[in-house]
Amino acid sequence: MSQELSVSVWRSETNAFQEFAVPAQDNQTILDVVSWIQANSDPTLSYRFACRVGMCGSCAMMVNGEPRWTCRTHVKKVLKSNSLQIAPLRNLPVVKDLATDMEPFFDKWVEAKGVFQGTKTRHDAIEPILPDTAERVAASTAIECINCAVCYAACDSVSGNADYLGPAALNRAWSLVNDVRDGAYEERIEAVSGTGGCHNCHSQGGCAKYCPNDLNPSASIAGLKRKTTRNWFGWGRS
Amino acid sequence: MLTTRLYMLQRLTALIMAPLVLGHLAVMIYAVQGGLDAAEILGRTQGSVLWMLFYGAFVAAVATHAAIGVRVVAFETFGLSKSVLTPLTWLIFILLLSLGLRAVYAVTLSGVLG
Repeated sequence: MSQELSVSVWRSETNAFQEFAVPAQDNQTILDVVSWIQANSDPTLSYRFACRVGMCGSCAMMVNGEPRWTCRTHVKKVLKSNSLQIAPLRNLPVVKDLATDMEPFFDKWVEAKGVFQGTKTRHDAIEPILPDTAERVAASTAIECINCAVCYAACDSVSGNADYLGPAALNRAWSLVNDVRDGAYEERIEAVSGTGGCHNCHSQGGCAKYCPNDLNPSASIAGLKRKTTRNWFGWGRS
Repeated sequence: MLTTRLYMLQRLTALIMAPLVLGHLAVMIYAVQGGLDAAEILGRTQGSVLWMLFYGAFVAAVATHAAIGVRVVAFETFGLSKSVLTPLTWLIFILLLSLGLRAVYAVTLSGVLG
């Protein structure tokens, strides 16, 4: 690796990429590179991050055209001809530079009924949930989402259909339709059956390819298609 | 732009088409064994209720399946609104259905009905 990295960073004011030279390090993440530019070259550069350890889902950006969590992406892994291109996440409006407005992404979580609807009160006994039941296994496959929107940026169905709820929101819905403690099954099936619902997924699998936590929203969406089909025929839940 | 109803219509018509495509391909291979001959083909299909139902169902399934597919492509490529998409879907459906049924009529009934 040479001494300096050639880094193109998207700037919203000029609507163009700006070139920066950044000192190369042996161990360096994309977020380190962006932070170095902001600290040393241009303090007006805007970007978003919080935890720096792959838990909060704040720092996702397009790196060399692909969506990635920048705090856990090593420069060595993605460097092409000693250069990097860093842009805001695809499929979301840009607030400034590398910071996107995540509101449409989270609005769709709500639209897909991503909120757990409990059926018990604090006075009821805690319901035992065995981890190896089919429902719990299905719910658990989808549960480790950190809301980073990498899948949303990777999804061509989102690009083509502004109403489409997207992989993350549908993945969340899949967790909840398999949660036996949840009391909003019918509403959720209804919510994922509309013009922006699960049937608009083309199963390209970009979400599963890029998910930094190795989740498979594409499989969750296929599961929702099966559930909604059962519902359409009036065949019941499972 | 796909609702559950359109999705189910497209999947169910795909299920109908799958065996019909295989049947159609098998008959094609069988029919050309002694050379391609219109009289031989029409001899098999003219007046046959079975072939009329076979290709009639095929045409109906294709028209439905393709119209919904083109609707999705048109929406995602050109961003057309629902007020344009719905008539476009029906137009493609009617066009494919009428062309297909005309062909089915020609090979099964026209010789019989004169």
